[in-house]
Amino acid sequence: MIALALQPFLAMGGYAAYVWPAYAIFFLVLVADTLAPTLRRRRALREVRAQLTRQNARRGTTAPAPSPASPR
Amino acid sequence: MTDWVPRWLHRLSSPPTFYRFAGAVWPWAMVLAVVLGAVGLYGALVLAPPDYQQGDAYRIIFIHVPSAWMSMFIYAVMGVASFVALVWRIKLAEVVAMESAPVGAAFTAITLATGSLWGKPMWGTWWTWDARLTSELVLLFLYLGVIGLYHAFEDRRQGARAAGFLAIIGIINVPIVHFSVNWWNTLHQGSTINVFRASTIASDMLWPLLVMTLATKAYYIASLLRRTRTGLLTLERGKDWVRALAASEAKA
Repeated sequence: MIALALQPFLAMGGYAAYVWPAYAIFFLVLVADTLAPTLRRRRALREVRAQLTRQNARRGTTAPAPSPASPR
Repeated sequence: MTDWVPRWLHRLSSPPTFYRFAGAVWPWAMVLAVVLGAVGLYGALVLAPPDYQQGDAYRIIFIHVPSAWMSMFIYAVMGVASFVALVWRIKLAEVVAMESAPVGAAFTAITLATGSLWGKPMWGTWWTWDARLTSELVLLFLYLGVIGLYHAFEDRRQGARAAGFLAIIGIINVPIVHFSVNWWNTLHQGSTINVFRASTIASDMLWPLLVMTLATKAYYIASLLRRTRTGLLTLERGKDWVRALAASEAKA
């Protein structure tokens, strides 16, 4: 029933092969654009943490960080 | 900083402050983009009637035209931010300019791809070297050039300065894209408002287009704020505020 009602909508007057790929590209590109900074941010913070761990190991302490001031 | 700049603006341009500000604002911009996008798409795909000449194929306009407007708008933002960065050496302006480039490139790529998918059934070709299409392609190459030049330098700030110059020079292409349909005899149709004027059902098609335009604007704001946050983190990775943030996120 629902599938039958959706059929003319999905057919897009015979232009489905052009309209739906256009909308798919729009969404896929924007989703990729949204995910990119999330992944980059995670990687950047991981690198900072790794560096902190290395520095602490060199100092021979187990403290997490050299008492960093919190962001104003 | 000169004293005519308001204190709050000066304060906001400090990386840790802007990082927190952007973190508070971007979710609202994203919600706005999603809500406007949903309303706009419902109007575009369901409520708007088929075009009397192009049938349902014209529905590509609701993503094609807002994306095309964003491709030029974001370039202008990038150009202005680059100018501010070069003249006043403001770190935040550098990051805003460089983080705008990938979003602008994304919208330019969408414009070219959706235009191609629209051109095939209406013009009978995926691509033609027409003034509007070619100048939009040049816009994509300018974005890619700015991104590439930025990443070609070991030092991020030096890269931002070089890429900023390219961004400023490339601004000349924005009016060329806009006026190409008037200056040259092109296959691409002229401004869309004329198309709507010829149609008796103008407002049914116009409001989803305007809502989609606002949705893409809101999306750009959200994406730019998120990217700027990440850009500031990477640029200031040696600073205490980033270390504190990294340490506190490890505990969470």
